[in-house]
Amino acid sequence: MLIDRVEAQKNPTKHTLVALVENKPGVLNRVASLMRRRNFNIESLAVGTTEDPTISRMTFVIDASKTNAALVERNLYKLVNVIDVQDVTDLPTVVRELALIKVRVTDAQHRGEIKQIADMFQSRVVDVAKESVIIEVTGEEQKVDSILNVLQDYGILEVVRTGRIAMTRG
Amino acid sequence: MKLTGAQVIWETILQHGTNVVFGYPGGAILPTYDALVDYQDRVHHVLVRHEENAALAADAYFRATGKVGVCMATSGPGATNLVTGLANAMMDSSAVVAITGQVASHLVGSDAFQETDVTGVTLPITKHNYLVMDVNELPQVMAEAFYIARSGRPGPVLVDICKDVQQKMVDYEPITSVQMRGYRAIKPHGRQNIPTLLQRAKELIDQARRPVILAGQGIKHGNAHEEFRAFVEKSGIPVATTLLGIGVLSEDHPLNLRMMGMHGEAYVNQAIANADLLIALGMRFDDRVTGNLKTYAKNARVIHVDIDAAEINKNVPADVGIVGSVKDILRELTPMIEKRSYPTWMEQINEWRADTKARDVLNVELPDDMLLAPHVMRAIWEETKGECTICTDVGQHQMWETQYFQHTRKNQLITSGGLGTMGFALPAAIGAKFGRPDDEVWAIAGDGGFQMSIPELATVMQENLNIKIAIINNNFLGMVRQWQELMHNHRYSAVEMWTPDFVKLAQAYGMCGMRATNLKEAREVIRRAREHDGPVLIEFVVEKETNVFPMIQPGKSLNEMTRRPIQPAALGGGMEFMKEKAH
Ligand SMILES: Cc1ncc(C[n+]2csc(CCOP(=O)(O)OP(=O)(O)O)c2C)c(N)n1
Repeated sequence: MLIDRVEAQKNPTKHTLVALVENKPGVLNRVASLMRRRNFNIESLAVGTTEDPTISRMTFVIDASKTNAALVERNLYKLVNVIDVQDVTDLPTVVRELALIKVRVTDAQHRGEIKQIADMFQSRVVDVAKESVIIEVTGEEQKVDSILNVLQDYGILEVVRTGRIAMTRG
Repeated sequence: MKLTGAQVIWETILQHGTNVVFGYPGGAILPTYDALVDYQDRVHHVLVRHEENAALAADAYFRATGKVGVCMATSGPGATNLVTGLANAMMDSSAVVAITGQVASHLVGSDAFQETDVTGVTLPITKHNYLVMDVNELPQVMAEAFYIARSGRPGPVLVDICKDVQQKMVDYEPITSVQMRGYRAIKPHGRQNIPTLLQRAKELIDQARRPVILAGQGIKHGNAHEEFRAFVEKSGIPVATTLLGIGVLSEDHPLNLRMMGMHGEAYVNQAIANADLLIALGMRFDDRVTGNLKTYAKNARVIHVDIDAAEINKNVPADVGIVGSVKDILRELTPMIEKRSYPTWMEQINEWRADTKARDVLNVELPDDMLLAPHVMRAIWEETKGECTICTDVGQHQMWETQYFQHTRKNQLITSGGLGTMGFALPAAIGAKFGRPDDEVWAIAGDGGFQMSIPELATVMQENLNIKIAIINNNFLGMVRQWQELMHNHRYSAVEMWTPDFVKLAQAYGMCGMRATNLKEAREVIRRAREHDGPVLIEFVVEKETNVFPMIQPGKSLNEMTRRPIQPAALGGGMEFMKEKAH
């Protein structure tokens, strides 16, 4: 998808770093402590397991106009539990984010419109209640931003976003 | 073989060549102290009077020997007392392994008696730390701790060990090589191509007309003294050292300009400010060295070599940044460069140097009732002929020591640089004396810092350590008073300090105590102290309001430094010149 490749250029100050770390207790704490100690500004951080249960993967988004991404990379390397760090900003990558959005519904017509919007963004309604629905959307950040923008008018009750995750292509 | 966790601890310490441990017992570390009884003939345990001093002594032991310093404490308050010492080791990159007891593993997390989350507390001030709740992990963790502490950029590692882990049995084989998944002593710095970088460095060196080498402690840690001297002599480039870099090259070497930075000599900072090339080796452009970064060495290209990739471009952007050990890099770089000298550049520096000499406070002949700290430093240097190890505290006396003692020996000065830890001198002298038992060891402290470590006089006596302690008593927290005088319009706040009778204090500890109030007495007591076979405490009563110059005030540039006032050849009418204001 072209959209993924040009994303970095659209947003030149946003850097995406991927770190492989040992899956041990306290490692996230070490990373967070390092970021705070160095006064690094992290926009998003997503952590999860990998194909290897002894390794976790962290994806960082950094605004390079505020924080020197190369210094973040080298400082991460100083942590004993960090196995590998890569700045994937300029590499062809698939970047995704997941968001859950709870929107207010007042009547059936509203509900229909919201369903349509969800369809247009290739996202799904995953919960329907009397006065609200929850939409699940995945995609790159812009897409999540856009749907949020559109849903704004209906009254957004709650939003949760996972933060960016990234994987290099090929 | 089957050993208890406690035995594993002692075995690993011995295996790494350390046979002195500085510590303080308590409930959670008791099993390890119990096992010590069986190791007493091989490990000497030094019972300090405060855990902070155990960590500081271990730090100095490392600096004096290159062997990992080990300190030990119990859980809770024992462990938290280590904090300042560990932060000191972190800032100055000292290889220290701290072993702390922790409550039994089934109690962890329950706020048990003397439980503290010590790995949490020390996370930002250690290179790495461990909580060991399973004895089967202990042999590996201990081996890793020593490896991490000593390798790459050295630093402190803390191992927090549950009480039951110390008691349980484990199959133990000495671990001789450590393989870790993430940790590599030198991290690969992106895709750095060393030959290309060296080639570019060579080109910058070829083009330079006013180069200066900035030499830091990395040269010591990498044991690169020989390679460094070869590089200096072939390149012909003058050397400015950082505070912790003092001793990487003898200070009587014609190319050693001496210390740079906030209280570095003016001509050294002038050379840096006017340089067209800086070659930074194993130093990190601390703000005490650079002054205002915006104006720092504006016309200089920068070559920066450091073992820690995170130091490159951190404070000063490098034209050529090379991640590696100074030893390896210089081995490759030196043969590539031409043998040169810089007569015009050196002539310029020497002109600046002559001006500095003219302003030297030592040109002043002191009246009989007066003593100045610089004169004391010079007297210690002259009397010892520079043949001793010096541990200083933090403050004015520390800076005067760097200015007025000429360091000619390797790693001769042991001082707290990055953290600036008051109270360092005495515990450091204890650590250094164990590291260099045959050397003459001096602790030089201010009346403020010394009062933070008085209890360790008891350790000195118990261990019968032949240490000479010099207290520079100005009845002030001198360095703070200087800042208040110069930057807070002479408004003194909480800096005047009452002191006990230090001579009687020494006597209370059963130690020889002496006092000097003028230069003649000073020389006399230094001589007598050196002749005395045992610890001596000397109080030097000095002028109260003398300032350390030159000085770069915070935020100012190297070439905006406040110079020493021009000194009259003889004192004439009073002390006013000593207090001359910044201009
Ligand atoms: C533990 C600690 N507390 C406070 C300071 C701040 N400080 C730096 S120098 C100094 C004064 C030191 O006075 P003294 O030990 O008498 O030495 P002098 O400067 O007079 O030589 C102080 C308080 C410090 N460096 N360390």
